[in-house]
Amino acid sequence: MAKTPAAAVPDQGAEPVEELTGAQSLVRSLENVGADTVFGIPGGAILPAYDPLYDSPNVRHILVRHEQGAGHAAEGYAMVTGKVGVCMATSGPGATNLVTPIADAHMDSVPIVAITGQVGSAAIGTDAFQEADIRGITMPITKHSFLVTKAHDIAPAMAAAFHIARTGRPGPVLVDITKDALQARTRFEWPLQIDLPGYRPVIKPHAKQVREAAKLITESRRPVLYIGGGVVKATAWKELAELAELTGIPVVTTLMARGVFPDSHPQNMGMPGMHGTVAAVGALQRSDLLISLGARFDDRVTGQLSSFAPLAKVIHADIDPAEISKNRVADVPIVGDCKEVITELTALLKASAESPDIGDWVRYLKDLKRRYPTGYDLPSSGELSPQHVIKRIGDLTGPDAYYAAGVGQHQMWASHFLPWELPGRWLNSGGLGTMGYCVPAAMGAKVGRPDATVWGIDGDGCFQMTNQELVTCALEGIPIKIAVINNQSLGMVRQWQTLFYNSRYSNTDLKTNRIPDFGKLAEAMGCVGLRAEQPEEVDPVIEKALSINDTPVVVEFVVHKDAMVWPMVAAGTSNDDIKVARDMAPKWDGETL
Amino acid sequence: MTEVNTHTLSVLVENKPGVLARVSSLIFRRGYNIESLAVGPTEYPHMSRITLAVAVEDVVLEQITKQLNKLVEVLKIVELEQSAIRRELILVKVRATPETRGQLIEIISLFGAKAVDLTAEVITVEATGSPAKLAALLELFEPYGIRELVQSGLVALGRGNRSMTDRNSRTERPKAIRAV
Repeated sequence: MAKTPAAAVPDQGAEPVEELTGAQSLVRSLENVGADTVFGIPGGAILPAYDPLYDSPNVRHILVRHEQGAGHAAEGYAMVTGKVGVCMATSGPGATNLVTPIADAHMDSVPIVAITGQVGSAAIGTDAFQEADIRGITMPITKHSFLVTKAHDIAPAMAAAFHIARTGRPGPVLVDITKDALQARTRFEWPLQIDLPGYRPVIKPHAKQVREAAKLITESRRPVLYIGGGVVKATAWKELAELAELTGIPVVTTLMARGVFPDSHPQNMGMPGMHGTVAAVGALQRSDLLISLGARFDDRVTGQLSSFAPLAKVIHADIDPAEISKNRVADVPIVGDCKEVITELTALLKASAESPDIGDWVRYLKDLKRRYPTGYDLPSSGELSPQHVIKRIGDLTGPDAYYAAGVGQHQMWASHFLPWELPGRWLNSGGLGTMGYCVPAAMGAKVGRPDATVWGIDGDGCFQMTNQELVTCALEGIPIKIAVINNQSLGMVRQWQTLFYNSRYSNTDLKTNRIPDFGKLAEAMGCVGLRAEQPEEVDPVIEKALSINDTPVVVEFVVHKDAMVWPMVAAGTSNDDIKVARDMAPKWDGETL
Repeated sequence: MTEVNTHTLSVLVENKPGVLARVSSLIFRRGYNIESLAVGPTEYPHMSRITLAVAVEDVVLEQITKQLNKLVEVLKIVELEQSAIRRELILVKVRATPETRGQLIEIISLFGAKAVDLTAEVITVEATGSPAKLAALLELFEPYGIRELVQSGLVALGRGNRSMTDRNSRTERPKAIRAV
């Protein structure tokens, strides 16, 4: 069978074979794949790997304070660089602490490789000290995984792991290596090819399907470009802009796709879904053709599936065939990379004499967008409005910064009110909804883009889950800025309690106005701690944070605790029942389309 | 609602440790209803073949196939036609007295089964066949008293010249992918 030469190895000449330990070959493998950063914590089983890592001139190891931080940092690094993020932990508890970020990366298709030490191969299955079957535990949440028990298998497993993580639909790959494999000596041979006969992601779409799609588009009257995170992964924003502007079709960008098409663009109707804009939700519900690119019809977008976009035909393009027709049956399924799909679609539509007649539709949606902008009321009490705080951070920092968020109300407000003009600037936990994602993800982003400003917009609940990584940031010279939107509660859950549980605030009151003292906590971790309680303090404190670029900064904003995220589609109900405020439905004027 | 039918899938996988766990855990965690799962070697030592019988709607079958195909070690999946050859194996101990032994041997011979062990009280029978045939056989044994029964999962093969491991559009693609 024909073997394809490896790109990393020019000509036919194999690298000289050297005798190395398994641990040395692991580090050599990291160097060969171009991994320049590893986030991790050593421990017994992975200890042999840390010895050669100490000497590597090419791989920087960042010692985190909790393995979950290593995993999210690897995600953040991967999101901003487009490279594979790497995290490393020891066996047992080290490995199990990686489970949450691995699941997070799996849901949001983030390419990471998690390297874990495992007990000696002879001890596997004996309930040895710090033994956990991490491959078994992570089987449902990894794209693939390896258990390596022989030193000479380390290099091929690493080459395959990085290949699988970054190609096709990206995702997390686990490489679990036994201690004896790390210690044994082996001939280091970087594989000339990766032999994965069962792994063949489809990149190029089927021409016939693209023709079908183009035909449906020219015949449609109420088309919508429903854009998901796949367009970000495919780095297809230029192609998307060309398609959108060629056709004039309105665009909605999901939570994972914010920024891939500028919010300021008149065709952008905003984010669809449970907390989507009226224009975006209305666009999907009244559409006659959804052109779904790299999106997956998540329940947070569709609401009640049976009443989602009831009049629409569906073109569904995704690199993962299993996403197509999973939740909503596609009329035209297209398997392929979004960049290729959009390019081919645009070329066909350009060549076509017909273009869709969508003038009325565009006018209708623009009117909806004008009548129902995402806004907020300032609290009459004079307390800070969380939305205002987030908006000012964006206004004063600008669209070129990277923004990470935790999960909850502040995440939704960040999605609505930050300046989403540029692609790839937004890091959040969309699929898994991982509280605690923000601080370590921001850390990883700053390591990947050291010259950019990186803000974390976090909640007081989320922040208390993973703030220990600010110690890492302070010691490793990673000057991120974290805004703690302190509403003294688990705000999103509190909102649901307000709306659906008769305002019975069971265990959502964090009572954190002074405990912990976030400023002192920040200072204790080697950061600058700032605080704003009055509206007039907001801009100065943001300016101050922006002026500090050699130390991580934590800014606490003490905000109104009863602010709610609107619009909202209650869980399990139809998108048609969207409310713009409590008990307030939008008026869908101009129904005679 | 669409109809629920029993489908037989043949899944060709790499013969590596953990593959069966991947396949079965995927089916379990996504809530698919499987009737039978059997795994064994093929004509190639590096490949194993899993036969899955599932009772699901067509849309669910499509999802199962797509999700299985995402497993890196799954090489190929085909759904076998209705006409495919489907076989199970049973080993069964039937209570047999000197009076009933003759009747049982007649049943065994009519079904092309085999008596593989005999004691004063029990006759042990080996039988292969389609699930329907084996169900009929067990029904006949029932009145005599079934002491113990063990049954294999379903294995199945399409009819005709072609083989699942033949080179085709999928397996002819490059076996090796450029290294990073």
